[in-house]
Amino acid sequence: MGNLNINIGKLQLKNPVMTASGTFGYGTEYSDFMDISRIGGIFVKGTTIRERQGNPYPRMAETPSGMLNAVGLQNKGVDYFINHIYPEIKHIDTNIIVNVSGSTIEDYIETAEKLNYLENIPAIELNISCPNVKEGGMAFGTTCLSAAQVVKEVRRVYKNELIVKLSPNVTDISEIALAVEAEGADSVSLINTLLGMAINAEKRKPILSTITGGLSGPAVKPIALRMVWQVAQAVKIPVIGLGGIMNAADAIEFMLAGATAIQIGTANFIDPTVSIKVIEGINDYLDRHGFQSVRDIVGALEV
Amino acid sequence: MKKYMLDLIIKENKQLSDQYSLLILTSPEKLPEILPGQFAEVRVDGSATTFLRRPISIHYVDYELNELWLLIQVVGDGTKKMAEIEEGKSLNMLIPLGNSFSTPSNIDSKVLLVGGGCGVAPLLYLGAHLKKIGFEVNFLLGARSKADLLQLCEYERLGNVFTTTEDGSYGEHGFVTQHSVLNSSNFDYIYTCGPTPMMKAVANYALKTSANCEVSLENTMACGIGACLCCVTDTIEGHVCVCTEGPVFNITKLKWEI
Ligand SMILES: Cc1cc2nc3c(=O)[nH]c(=O)nc-3n(C[C@H](O)[C@H](O)[C@H](O)COP(=O)(O)OP(=O)(O)OC[C@H]3O[C@@H](n4cnc5c(N)ncnc54)[C@H](O)[C@@H]3O)c2cc1C
Ligand SMILES: Cc1cc2nc3c(=O)[nH]c(=O)nc-3n(C[C@H](O)[C@H](O)[C@H](O)COP(=O)(O)O)c2cc1C
Ligand code: FES
Repeated sequence: MGNLNINIGKLQLKNPVMTASGTFGYGTEYSDFMDISRIGGIFVKGTTIRERQGNPYPRMAETPSGMLNAVGLQNKGVDYFINHIYPEIKHIDTNIIVNVSGSTIEDYIETAEKLNYLENIPAIELNISCPNVKEGGMAFGTTCLSAAQVVKEVRRVYKNELIVKLSPNVTDISEIALAVEAEGADSVSLINTLLGMAINAEKRKPILSTITGGLSGPAVKPIALRMVWQVAQAVKIPVIGLGGIMNAADAIEFMLAGATAIQIGTANFIDPTVSIKVIEGINDYLDRHGFQSVRDIVGALEV
Repeated sequence: MKKYMLDLIIKENKQLSDQYSLLILTSPEKLPEILPGQFAEVRVDGSATTFLRRPISIHYVDYELNELWLLIQVVGDGTKKMAEIEEGKSLNMLIPLGNSFSTPSNIDSKVLLVGGGCGVAPLLYLGAHLKKIGFEVNFLLGARSKADLLQLCEYERLGNVFTTTEDGSYGEHGFVTQHSVLNSSNFDYIYTCGPTPMMKAVANYALKTSANCEVSLENTMACGIGACLCCVTDTIEGHVCVCTEGPVFNITKLKWEI
């Protein structure tokens, strides 16, 4: 039995398997199917300063080996989270991490400030794939300048572990990773969804109400793996890998490419217990290859 | 209600027509309690183009025989693979999901169950439930033609059955909302499932006659358990998930233009 404990900065994980924001609700949606405290960490839904209704239906289109979503950050706002949801989930014996989204830098700062004071929220994950309304809707995470700016401002007010989630819709993701590292990000997670589109030819109409949406699932895995590899080469802070992970083999590939831990997103929809199977599969891999600790496989790719 | 991930075994696959299959599933263990209106998220194996699970209504549950029935209408590859599944094989599903139809508090209430196409699926189990409690059950079932009116005898066992076909090959000619029973009788509770234009027409009739009306929506879904927020419908309380707050909604809650 290998040792599955691993740390991301100050964040202690019982294992490197976590669930991705927007795909696992607040965790409790899955508790009928398994003991969710066995997971290394739960990244809860994208949370914004005020309540958001999200985009109109249809918000989802299935694609070959994946799906497009255009949920649009529907959530009840950070105050509702603090007063109504946090009390229900704070006792779950794992890391609960809040994914923070915003339309302006001020939104991010205010939301992060409020989450600072929650004892059982050891980290936040900044979703910088959101459109910056003051800059014509360009996502914060698509230029080094705006990515650095939002991280710098949030870093000033947020004292716990600050994870920055990178957008893959860029020319060079390592540059963005370096920019946010320089402003004090404790770690980076990648990838968020890839911008895509689906059309109903019979109706000559887009399937999503927003025309374009975010692609996830196994369709994006090779791209995600390549980006994790590139970023892990570039930065010194820990990297959390995600994008299309369906099983333990996928998870191990991300760790070999340099990820300290991984997240599982879309795969939860196909098998709600997949994260437990991935934990068991990683353990089995360590045994088969004679590794003492899961730390031994991080970046262990032989090239 | 506790949800389960179960592998149920195909006891029988009755191909009702080239478009419809009735799957009768069973399990070595006792089936969990399932309410009328609830659904399952079924995993489809062996279809290259089917990635997500498929939501399918609970057509009927027979606790004595430990049987669960699903009525499948083939519209794409996912439903095709389900409809072709061989006896003895199993289907993996998350079950039971969603809310359920409500039961009128007054046992003398006149109830009408209106189904179109594959929308009849949840109404059989609802009808059986209402009959068991003591209601007189009326079904109004519509289809394109006689061949699409499936298993009428199952509904006839439970109550009165009125039918319409669009080509006039069986029952009254036209759409369900044109059936004469709607003029000759008054109903207190109307339950409906089927194509959206049909449900809207039924909702319109219910509003005009001050009947209580519940509709079952079929929004596309990813998780089926309230985690992804992909399946929302617009209500007077904002966007809510059809997979957890529905699929059954009282029409007074929906922001439908009817
Ligand atoms: C709560 C609920 C209960 C349902 N109950 C049943 C049932 O008892 N029996 C049954 O046969 N089907 C039922 N459905 C519909 C069923 O889920 C879809 O027909 C199925 O997902 C289609 O999968 P496919 O791979 O065959 O087709 P796909 O290849 O996915 O789609 C084929 C075509 O159908 C359209 N389509 C697919 N899903 C839907 C949808 N949900 N609404 C409108 N159009 C759609 C697509 O746009 C496409 O044009 C239910 C749906 C819901 C949400
Ligand atoms: C329905 C859905 C909702 C999502 N919501 C969010 C979100 O609120 N915030 C965020 O940072 N990422 C969100 N994501 C992106 C995922 O967290 C993840 O980065 C992406 O799906 C890639 O991983 P996967 O292929 O394992 O799903 C969402 C993804 C899906 C499918
Ligand atoms: S299908 Fe995921 S929330 Fe309804």
